[in-house]
Amino acid sequence: MFPYIPISKQDEEKMLQTIGVDTVDELFTDIPDHLKLKRPLDLPKQKSEIEIRRIIQKFAEKNTAACDKLCFLGGGVYDSYIPSIVPYITSRSEFATAYTPYQPEISQGTLHGIFEFQTLVANLTDMHCSNASLYDGPTAATEAALMSFDNKKKGDTFLISSTVNMVTRQIIETYLKYRDFKLVVIDEKDYVTDVEDFKAKIGKHVVGVLVQSPNHYGLIENYTEIFAGAKENKALSIMYADPSSLGILKTPGEYEVDIAIGEMQQFGNAMHFGGPHLGFMAVTKKLMRKMPGRIVGQGLDHDGKRAFVLTLQAREQHIRRDKASSNICSNQALNAMGATIYMSLMGKQGIRDVAINATNKAHYLYEKLVAIDGVEAVTTKPFYREFMIQVKDHVAVNNKLSEAGILPLLVVDAEKNILQVAVTENRTKEDLDYLAKTMEVIS
Amino acid sequence: MKVLENLLYTQEHEWLKVEGNTVTFGITDYAQHMLGGIVYVELPEEDDELDAGDQFAVIESVKAATDIMSPVSGKVIAVNEDLDDEPETMNEKPYEAWMVKIELSDASELESFLDAKAYEELCTKEA
Repeated sequence: MFPYIPISKQDEEKMLQTIGVDTVDELFTDIPDHLKLKRPLDLPKQKSEIEIRRIIQKFAEKNTAACDKLCFLGGGVYDSYIPSIVPYITSRSEFATAYTPYQPEISQGTLHGIFEFQTLVANLTDMHCSNASLYDGPTAATEAALMSFDNKKKGDTFLISSTVNMVTRQIIETYLKYRDFKLVVIDEKDYVTDVEDFKAKIGKHVVGVLVQSPNHYGLIENYTEIFAGAKENKALSIMYADPSSLGILKTPGEYEVDIAIGEMQQFGNAMHFGGPHLGFMAVTKKLMRKMPGRIVGQGLDHDGKRAFVLTLQAREQHIRRDKASSNICSNQALNAMGATIYMSLMGKQGIRDVAINATNKAHYLYEKLVAIDGVEAVTTKPFYREFMIQVKDHVAVNNKLSEAGILPLLVVDAEKNILQVAVTENRTKEDLDYLAKTMEVIS
Repeated sequence: MKVLENLLYTQEHEWLKVEGNTVTFGITDYAQHMLGGIVYVELPEEDDELDAGDQFAVIESVKAATDIMSPVSGKVIAVNEDLDDEPETMNEKPYEAWMVKIELSDASELESFLDAKAYEELCTKEA
């Protein structure tokens, strides 16, 4: 039977001798003494593999996975259906273990995949060009904010609508904390961006304006006036868009924004307990060389055959790296590959169909829920696949839902007892009727 | 290496053509030689207000990326958008491939620049 660290006393001595120290403790001399544990870890004596597996399995069972319960959670992460071809292809070792594609001579498959991802993102958002992906939606939004400051050196303020997801706003705030940049929130009115407040806050000092579509409450806003105001003041227009909505809602390109960003987890990627997810960024041709992150380009090899290679690297890591708004080189290649497979499988019509399906279901459920005594509508504004309801006691409702096998709903406003319901194409009519029936009993 | 008579020059190897209150700005033949093949030029926008010394453009060549500082204060009244698609004209015809036209806010700033003769001496010294 092995102990937890499978090394014999003799092996240990030999290894220590080879590197020239007497004890294992000597390897940790750099760590201050008061931080050291000074006793063995509190672990049971060695156990067999089969015993350990049983114990860990018990721990794991304490989690409730989204697939075990009924999920109406949204707010930026969505339980969308993942076609089985996606993990089938992404689990191939060529993709699953591929390292950063520095060397085009050995990485044509990965580079080609990223090139297709960029093309699909550009098509979906109606923008000129996309990068190879970023960590997640909120960090993509942060990169867009940094780009805005870099693009307009004479400005010092970045505007964010208060209807942008709070998490996104907090992450931007954290990144900018030690920079001389100001973040100003545009107030909301009746759950949409207050255009009058925007007009009061926009000016020549503003470098960029960020809004979210559909907004954090699931509502569809009209951003025409806001983007026009940004343009007039030479501030960048930035739209954080739900990619799944772009088959039916106005796209960033149609709005003529400068930067489109967002979270693409729901395209072929699991919710992963909140990450890793998949941020995307697409920009106009004018901003192409200011876009952070990797870009894969198409060229010809010395035999004149089509080949792919990292391109425009001067911005991020070579001769202009000190001038770049960001030196981020990472991307989410494997998740981007999942999204690439998803998008090519669904196609233009499929992405549209999924969006219409989710919208119809969400509206069906909304009508059912607000008809229940004790459940009130919060706003009559148009929504996509996420909506708010007001209940009498959100804690009681969520407890009862849990007991009924439904994951607790997202609390938008605890004081006002406002909850949010998200409906993806993954929910069936039976699921919706079950939630409505359960709510009827408890409200 | 070409130096034109009717222009003013900066120590940084840029030329200025003064017409009334307007200055047309570009880089010299010497500069384009030093930079090598130019692949991209980032220009300011029309109506941008500049102070002398503001970084307002970037020239990227196969050898280097160079920040360009505004030699004068004023307002950008025109940018040469042809350079977006054909930056190589800055190598081919440096005195025709102008970058921006600036409306001067302080004409006295022009006094510090070199004439053709002084600039030629500078180039000889640096070469």
